[in-house]
Amino acid sequence: MINIALPKGRLGEKAYAIFEEAGFECPSIHEESRKLIFENEEKGVRYFWVKPSDVVIYVERGAADIGIAGKDIILEYSPDIYELLDLGMGKCRMAVAAKKDFCDRRDRTLRVATKFPNIARDYYNKQSREIDIIKLNGSIELAPILDLSDVIVDIVETGKTLYENDLEPKEDIVQISARLVANKVSHKFKNERINEICAGLDRILTERKSK
Amino acid sequence: MISSDKVFREDEKAIYKLRELYSKHGYNHYRVSKFEEYDLYAKNKSFLVSENLLTFTDTNGKLMALKPDVTLSIIKNAVASPKVAYKLYYDEHVYRTTSGGDGFREIMQTGLECIGNIDMFSQCEVIMLAQRSLMSISEDYLLDMSHMRFVEGLLENAGVASENMDEVLALMGSKNIPAIKAFCTRKGISEEYADKLSRVTSMYLPIKAALEEIAPMTEGKKMQAAYDELTEIHKVMQCYGLTDKLYLDFSVVNDMNYYDGIIFKGFVNRIPDSVLSGGRYDRLMEKFGKKTEAIGFAVYLDKLERFGTEKDGYDIDVMLVYDKDIAAEKIIEAVKLLSESGKTVRAANAPDAGVRYRQMISLGKGGMKILETND
Repeated sequence: MINIALPKGRLGEKAYAIFEEAGFECPSIHEESRKLIFENEEKGVRYFWVKPSDVVIYVERGAADIGIAGKDIILEYSPDIYELLDLGMGKCRMAVAAKKDFCDRRDRTLRVATKFPNIARDYYNKQSREIDIIKLNGSIELAPILDLSDVIVDIVETGKTLYENDLEPKEDIVQISARLVANKVSHKFKNERINEICAGLDRILTERKSK
Repeated sequence: MISSDKVFREDEKAIYKLRELYSKHGYNHYRVSKFEEYDLYAKNKSFLVSENLLTFTDTNGKLMALKPDVTLSIIKNAVASPKVAYKLYYDEHVYRTTSGGDGFREIMQTGLECIGNIDMFSQCEVIMLAQRSLMSISEDYLLDMSHMRFVEGLLENAGVASENMDEVLALMGSKNIPAIKAFCTRKGISEEYADKLSRVTSMYLPIKAALEEIAPMTEGKKMQAAYDELTEIHKVMQCYGLTDKLYLDFSVVNDMNYYDGIIFKGFVNRIPDSVLSGGRYDRLMEKFGKKTEAIGFAVYLDKLERFGTEKDGYDIDVMLVYDKDIAAEKIIEAVKLLSESGKTVRAANAPDAGVRYRQMISLGKGGMKILETND
């Protein structure tokens, strides 16, 4: 049995569709219910939905053998796992954004509001820059508007939210997309099955690309 | 006799079995003190699994640290001899932080080191002992081996600049093929080598099949020497009959500043993390100014805490509840009688609600009477 952690939400649903197309379907997942775990014994797969940022935790600790996680989460938590496949979906970028008229001055500590303190710290460390990290859990865009911070480090998809609030992306940090991740020990003891799933997903992704 | 199964936890049983195993092969038990001067670790920080140290000031004003690692203490005191191989093992508590960042932990660690003139036999004996160590925990184990020089040789052949080595090694460590391919395109590394790097990284095969797979990729002196060494190891391990669970996996990487030659990691099914880690650390010996070779490994016993046959759910076999007016002699006699049949017995004048027992027996004027049986 392969335990698969999917991130709740649209990305997870899109990812599951690929599993389904590759022949690892689990019909009960489409039924309306309050169940947390969905199993297809015949195919040997068991799916469960978890909070997107928790996927890597389930995988690293072996509660899930494989899972779908955003590159942002992998970078933020740097878990000890295998990163097997780039699904090329959920594409966006991690960027520094600020008010349109913001002028960066290097003579003072930069205040950075973010949900991703490790990524932000790493980025500015490389520039030998002193920063003050303000960890927020949502509505990051509000921070520079209310002068809580100078800039924000956040995920930018289209930038629409930013522009509507008089903000704009200033620098790109890294490109983000969804990845297939695997627990290192599961990958050894369930090697054949995981390789099979990995190859199946890869096949569907290549087919889709060529269409 | 009460069976040791009832008394010992999995990790305690493992320590016992491992000590027996290492002694059997003539390794000496080596004890080190709990503290070391902070300096020793400060100089070799990146060798440590966690860089945080539990420090305190000694009465003479020296900064000391509780041992985060045993290997460094052993090497520091090792007499470097190019002729003899010193074989020793240890079991000690070490103090480390975990990646979760929730403070320091005391971890039981067992391991062995072979320092001195390491020939093919000594090297294979260590690999054999690593496998048998895992076997004593569970039959369902795997030992993954990599060769630093093989990987290094391949990266050099591919033209990876030395300042990019760490980056590529990290990508190999997470078997991140898409990123390796992207890296190769970015650095102008030929498609041929991008493909070789990807294949070597994703390969996971028992040593025999793995050697066949990598044979056509082996080029240049460095890779060839590594390949020959692995082939020789395979040959010797066949004599031990220990090749089925010995895998080659080049995603097992370790710090190139310390390790050289073969490195390995051991896994047991149902423990979601490596339980054994080791390899050739000749370069670390060099850093200590000792011109000698060394190989060793450590077993992380803390990982076994939640492993093994789930206990049957009882803390004791018999809860013996005696009446207040029963003489102590009578109680002693009853306990003796029960424990002679191999049962664990708690005698008390009132049952303890927090203890799970198989049977409750009362001891009154009329002798013993079974009150309750839970089985």
